[in-house]
Amino acid sequence: METFLGIDYPTLWYLVVGLLFSGYAILEGFDYGAGAWHLFFRKDLSRRIAINAIGPIWDANQVWLIIGGGALFAGFPVMYATMLSAMYIPFMLFLMLLVLRSSAIKFRSSEEMLWWRKTWDIIYFLSNVLIAFLLGVVLGNILQGFELEENFRYKGGIFFTFLNPYALIVGFTTLSIFMTQGAIFLLLKTEGRLHTRLTFLLKKGMIFFIISFALTSLYTLIFLPGVTDKFKENPIFFILPIIAFLAVANVPRLVSKKKYANALVFSSLTMAFLLMLVAFQLYPVLLPSTIDPKYSVTIYNAASSQKSLGIMLTIVVIGTPLLAGYFIFLYKTFYGKVKLDDTSY
Amino acid sequence: MDTEILARIQFAFTIAFHYIYPPLSIGIGLIMVITEGLYLKTGHKQYEVLTRFWLKIFAITFGIGVATGIIMEFEFGTNWAVYSKYVGDIFGSALAAEGLFAFGLESTFLGVLIFGWNRVSPKVHFISTLGVFLGSMFSAVWIVVANSWQQTPAGYHIVGEGLNARAEVTDFWAMVLNPSSVDRIIHTWQGAFLAGAFLVLSVHAYYLIKGRYIEISKKAFKIALVVATIFSLGQLVSGHSSADGVAENQPAKLAAMEGHYDESAPADLYLFGWVDNDTQDVTGIALPGGLSFLVHQDFDAPITGLNAFPKEDQPGQVNAVFQFYHIMISIGMFLIALTLYASFLWWRGKLFDKKWLLTIFAFSVILPQIANQVGWFAAEMGRQPWIVYGHLRTSQGFSQEVSSNQIVFSLVLFAVVYSILFLLFLYSLNKKIKHGPYDEAENALEII
Ligand code: HDD
Ligand code: HEM
Ligand code: HEM
Repeated sequence: METFLGIDYPTLWYLVVGLLFSGYAILEGFDYGAGAWHLFFRKDLSRRIAINAIGPIWDANQVWLIIGGGALFAGFPVMYATMLSAMYIPFMLFLMLLVLRSSAIKFRSSEEMLWWRKTWDIIYFLSNVLIAFLLGVVLGNILQGFELEENFRYKGGIFFTFLNPYALIVGFTTLSIFMTQGAIFLLLKTEGRLHTRLTFLLKKGMIFFIISFALTSLYTLIFLPGVTDKFKENPIFFILPIIAFLAVANVPRLVSKKKYANALVFSSLTMAFLLMLVAFQLYPVLLPSTIDPKYSVTIYNAASSQKSLGIMLTIVVIGTPLLAGYFIFLYKTFYGKVKLDDTSY
Repeated sequence: MDTEILARIQFAFTIAFHYIYPPLSIGIGLIMVITEGLYLKTGHKQYEVLTRFWLKIFAITFGIGVATGIIMEFEFGTNWAVYSKYVGDIFGSALAAEGLFAFGLESTFLGVLIFGWNRVSPKVHFISTLGVFLGSMFSAVWIVVANSWQQTPAGYHIVGEGLNARAEVTDFWAMVLNPSSVDRIIHTWQGAFLAGAFLVLSVHAYYLIKGRYIEISKKAFKIALVVATIFSLGQLVSGHSSADGVAENQPAKLAAMEGHYDESAPADLYLFGWVDNDTQDVTGIALPGGLSFLVHQDFDAPITGLNAFPKEDQPGQVNAVFQFYHIMISIGMFLIALTLYASFLWWRGKLFDKKWLLTIFAFSVILPQIANQVGWFAAEMGRQPWIVYGHLRTSQGFSQEVSSNQIVFSLVLFAVVYSILFLLFLYSLNKKIKHGPYDEAENALEII
């Protein structure tokens, strides 16, 4: 098998996909999170400001989902196909909600009528909450594994099986972490009364997060015992949860000091470390089979050919600096508090 | 209904809906690059107004294009799992490149384009416009390459068997530049330019008929007319080249396009007609030997007909392919006549004298849209029964695990959400057009 710096291609591609999905979680985390607070703002003006805080960047953030999805298809077609067809209903709902969400952003402020704005506000709020929740639910399902037989044939239920207790808990945790992230982001972008209100809301968000995080950890330890084996073999990796925990603990401290940018960095780090934890604990499995581990989807049996992976790694090496450049330019252009003008939503 | 049919209906519906918007975005993008370029060069305020106006419409088409495009990306996995595993190795690199190079470029600069007027200099703004436009051109490239590969596979070998069989890249450039890629990229680009140009023509023709925004509309109309004329002619050239390619690489598709059954005989070129697949009769008006002439420059040259293929390898919907193909060509010919005639009047200095002509332009916006849709329908239905031509059948490609109930559920969801989306699109397009190119304050001056 070909390697680069001693790491084989499928593992490298696993890192690429992991990074892309972490980027998606972090960036869209504050987008969706900001939206999940929407109905907590009472004034029409506050709601408009909140939408315009993500106005110029949400489309770009969404690109991480698109590239991540493309990278998964490209590098691990078997995983892409198996996961999406088995999780048909949640993914269809997720996609539909994405459409509703982007419509809400675009059309909410285009009319003055109260009923118009109220309707879109509700759609916007619900779609953000449900998207965040569904992402967690899918993650929860992956962690538990699917009923996969030979040739990755899915044998599980098709309509409601995805709504099992563990998945629901992970769903709530994801929602809470996104909401925390979103509130911090909005604190950075707002001033005045809305800002004060957000400080108050963020506290609630943190409490929500801590409770659901604790529940998830407990549930994982009790009901998914296999999960911790990896850590027992490699105790050094216990550092990941510890760092994640320290990063979480740092967030309220920074917020109380009004260092919102740093707080955002730390809550992003929390998310990144949690995802690394998941990735580490699964590796090299992508999707465990609950019927027999030998039917699991792994990065080796799901990967594209060495040749293809080599080509794509080249594409990534060329493309990533370009993309980073665009993002720096974009975020620089729109740095600072929201100011509404004639181009705003 | 069985899952295969449902999956096909769902795919056709969602892609056809997606394909309303990207061509508009690509086409309007070109117009904006021209008007903003002219603004930078001449400093003439009207070009800036035009750019800002079309940017507002662009923002709508682009937004809906993105929303519906994400659905397409994941639908391969949800509904076509076997196919996705089969082509992942090939499509993968095309999609990854598309995401990084094209969508990254478009979506980041879009923010600057729409919200950046007061934040960046006109030059930087122009560069952003160019970035978004080029990004949208690129995204068409990669996705059409992927589709062209499944029409005319190249640069690959097959490994594994049965459910585990899949195509692997052996030669990246042969894969990208497969026999139909280049023709089809050019043909789709030009189709997109026409879609955009005709929207601009239509809106400004409407203003001219109403006697509003006269000066600025004349400018915009002329710019769009140049674009429309060039690419209407271009479509004939690249379409012919595509047809040549189809004759060589997908003879069954070509035969279906002209309703040609005889195993090997000279083939006619129909102006219009009706195909009865059971009796193998075509009724209509034809140029005898015309297809033979187009392909081989000889009226008597034999062309492979449908009967040369076993029944299970023939496209099922011959009449549909025939009709879609002929509608596209008729529209193409009409657009050529229309734009040439208008250009002629322009040369004579009488372009805006004829109200009936402007009226035709106002309604013609629908024509390139129809041609784009039916062009794809002809190309894709003509490829049946193969999902990957000659290798994988559509009946083998869909997700085995997904039940028909699930697809009915998602199909209903799509129907509801897309109907809302389409109404919103029409409503906001209408609103932007009624509002006109100027801001509130300026509006009063120009309306009369
Ligand atoms: C990269 C791949 C790709 C691309 C760029 C397109 N398609 Fe396609 N299309 C497929 C990949 C595909 C497919 C997944 O391969 C389908 C699904 C079922 C089938 O046989 O092919 C298909 C089927 C399919 C069908 C149904 C044909 C049938 O079932 O009889 C229609 C009408 C279209 N497509 C239309 C379009 C349009 C309007 C496109 C332009 C935007 C387009 N396709 C781009
Ligand atoms: C099945 C095939 C297709 C898939 C999977 C697909 C996927 C996507 C995705 C994911 C997006 C959103 C990207 C973003 O955020 O910028 C998108 C938008 C876009 N797509 Fe498609 N697409 C398909 C067909 C096509 C075709 C055939 C074309 C052009 C010829 C095209 C051109 C575009 C363009 C220009 C955009 C940018 C948005 C817009 O201009 O409306 N797509 N597509
Ligand atoms: C004027 C004469 C035209 C000819 C001879 C022609 C020819 C063709 C042919 C042979 C194909 C099938 C290619 C394949 O399956 O590989 C095709 C597809 C297509 N055509 Fe045309 N065409 C013409 C005009 C137009 C016009 C005016 C438009 C749109 C404004 C258009 C849009 C399309 C599209 C979108 C496709 C599907 C994509 C593709 O396969 O390239 N065509 N055309």
